[in-house]
Amino acid sequence: MIKFSDKQLKIPEMSKPVYLATVGMSKFDRAFPETRTEELCIQALTAAADFVNMTPTELKSFIHTAYYGHFADHFGDQLLGEAVIHDRLGLDPLGTIGVKTGGATGGSTMWEAIKAVASGYSDCALALGWERMDEVPTDEGNHLISCAADKDWETPLGHIYTGYYAVMAQRYWQIFGKAEDSFRKTMAEIAVKNRGYARMNPHAHGPMKITVEDVINSPVVAYPLRVLDCCLMSVGSACGIVCDEKTAYEITDKPLRIWIGAGSHTLRVADRRDMKIPLLPNEEPGQYDNLGKRFPGGDRYPGFSSFLAARIAAYYAYNMTGVVDPSEDLDVVELHDAFTISDIQTYEDIGIRPYGDGRDYIESGDAYVINPNTNKPGKLPSNPCGGLIGCMHAVGATGLMQIAEIGYHIWNRWDEIHEPEEKWKAFSREKPIDWTSLQVKGAKRGLAISHAGVGSHVTCTILMDPNHLIKED
Amino acid sequence: MPKTEEEKGFVDIIDGRYKPRGKFHIIEKNQPIFNKDTGKLAGVTNPRDMTYIHSYGGEAPFFEGIGKGKLLATRCDNPKCDSIGSIFEPFRIYCPDCLRKATIVDITEKARNTAKIHSFIITHRSGAFNTLPKPIKFINVEFDEEVVTILMSVLVVGEPEIGKRVVPIFRTKDPTYTIMDLMFVLEGTPESELPEGFTF
Repeated sequence: MIKFSDKQLKIPEMSKPVYLATVGMSKFDRAFPETRTEELCIQALTAAADFVNMTPTELKSFIHTAYYGHFADHFGDQLLGEAVIHDRLGLDPLGTIGVKTGGATGGSTMWEAIKAVASGYSDCALALGWERMDEVPTDEGNHLISCAADKDWETPLGHIYTGYYAVMAQRYWQIFGKAEDSFRKTMAEIAVKNRGYARMNPHAHGPMKITVEDVINSPVVAYPLRVLDCCLMSVGSACGIVCDEKTAYEITDKPLRIWIGAGSHTLRVADRRDMKIPLLPNEEPGQYDNLGKRFPGGDRYPGFSSFLAARIAAYYAYNMTGVVDPSEDLDVVELHDAFTISDIQTYEDIGIRPYGDGRDYIESGDAYVINPNTNKPGKLPSNPCGGLIGCMHAVGATGLMQIAEIGYHIWNRWDEIHEPEEKWKAFSREKPIDWTSLQVKGAKRGLAISHAGVGSHVTCTILMDPNHLIKED
Repeated sequence: MPKTEEEKGFVDIIDGRYKPRGKFHIIEKNQPIFNKDTGKLAGVTNPRDMTYIHSYGGEAPFFEGIGKGKLLATRCDNPKCDSIGSIFEPFRIYCPDCLRKATIVDITEKARNTAKIHSFIITHRSGAFNTLPKPIKFINVEFDEEVVTILMSVLVVGEPEIGKRVVPIFRTKDPTYTIMDLMFVLEGTPESELPEGFTF
């Protein structure tokens, strides 16, 4: 049984407010055979400068320290890749450090940048991430990814990370999904939604107009997961610049407030001991006493069906910001949909729905920009960029891309990033004739979850319009 | 092509230091990568053949044990720790709560009598260097209540199902001294159906 002390559950405090001043991202694709990583990183930073009508030189003049997220050194065969990028961005001799937390690398990189500003060490910090997974044959890439599991106890078993993750999906599928056709359909709806949303995003590398049947009939990767249930493997870069108040307003008239919480859990799912469910602000003691009765086999927490790291990250972030109920207090979310089923698990971990009821977030239509059941705006749209399933999963950049996307909604500038014909052309992508704005109208607050593999690291970032805070400083 | 004995690298420990012997890498020339449409150079391949030297440290008894047909785990015996009596499999050298060295215990019989499938997955995919036959049937094995963790392994005989009883088998002939020396089969599987080199 894991127990927490009061000191461990202390709500994180920042010694000064931190603001997100600007963001940027590159094109994302499966491979860039004729583009170096630094070219993608420069694309992202240049986009961030463009966003605030500055030249890169002007924007760089504000940066005091730089935090780089790049998970898989071994893919690029380049240790200290961060130093390469830092040099190519022309930021030497500023202090810099690399961050690696698997799929959560992007979020963790922002975590470091925010702490640097909150502490007063820097007035302005760059968080920039990238990933390069196209430079080895696919089976060697699978092996390299499997090295993120335990090298002695897991990796030799097939050298395939999907296998170590999918056992969690199986357990959730059977216990909470009850292996029902209707649950299978709900999983597929997530893939249809996110790949469909990606069609409106010129940066996205996996747009598809598909049906539930297409997902259900796609080849099995590891049952119940099929090809179209799974996220992309991408190459690309994204960044965000965080500042103290004074510096933020020197860069832009409209900076956003930003907070972040982080959690962790064992690298091996095997080591997750049974424990009491930590409660979020919108949950009541005793609420889960009958969980095992409703879902036989579902009484072991977090077991194989929940992500404790996500719950703890949300616990810290909600309590830092005053979020009580994410569905009521937030307007848009970007979640780490590595797989359709893990997306559902996350709805529960971060309190969008109670444990056991995650599927309802999709089935109710709340997760859509336009609720398909009512044709009215969805209550809390998720992943309008297409998420990891439709837009990209360039590991070190993913969490930063999600933060950028939430920012675009709150800035009410989503269309400006996703609509221009010139961008579609520059990315050699065809803009769909039915292109539709997915701007979440009136968005003032949003959240992004950055998540590593089987849940070893998770960050929960919250962005708010400074005029619409829930809790005053 | 598998390497010949002359092409392999070996390591001993002598006087407390690693002593490599044999061949550890075979140099292969890089190759240019051209864009077939433009005829222009885009990059190069960087072939590399490396061998890592890895210490099991305090987990060595486990990996030696499975090659001898024994499933070793560890137990916290610290009377001042809330986790006293908890058995860990995967084997943990130290209790994660009190950080006192845990006691090595033999749970072979416990595994034979109580192991069952907690979850599973069947996949036809694998990464480079995989030696398991496909499809791979990953299983997570739960034991009795004393064992507070759930071991990942593979099922090599039978079809997996949550709750099904399984028993461990061990590669006692030519062990690899890796986790690949421990696998599971459904309870009731006859010895004749075990993979080459494995025994109950």
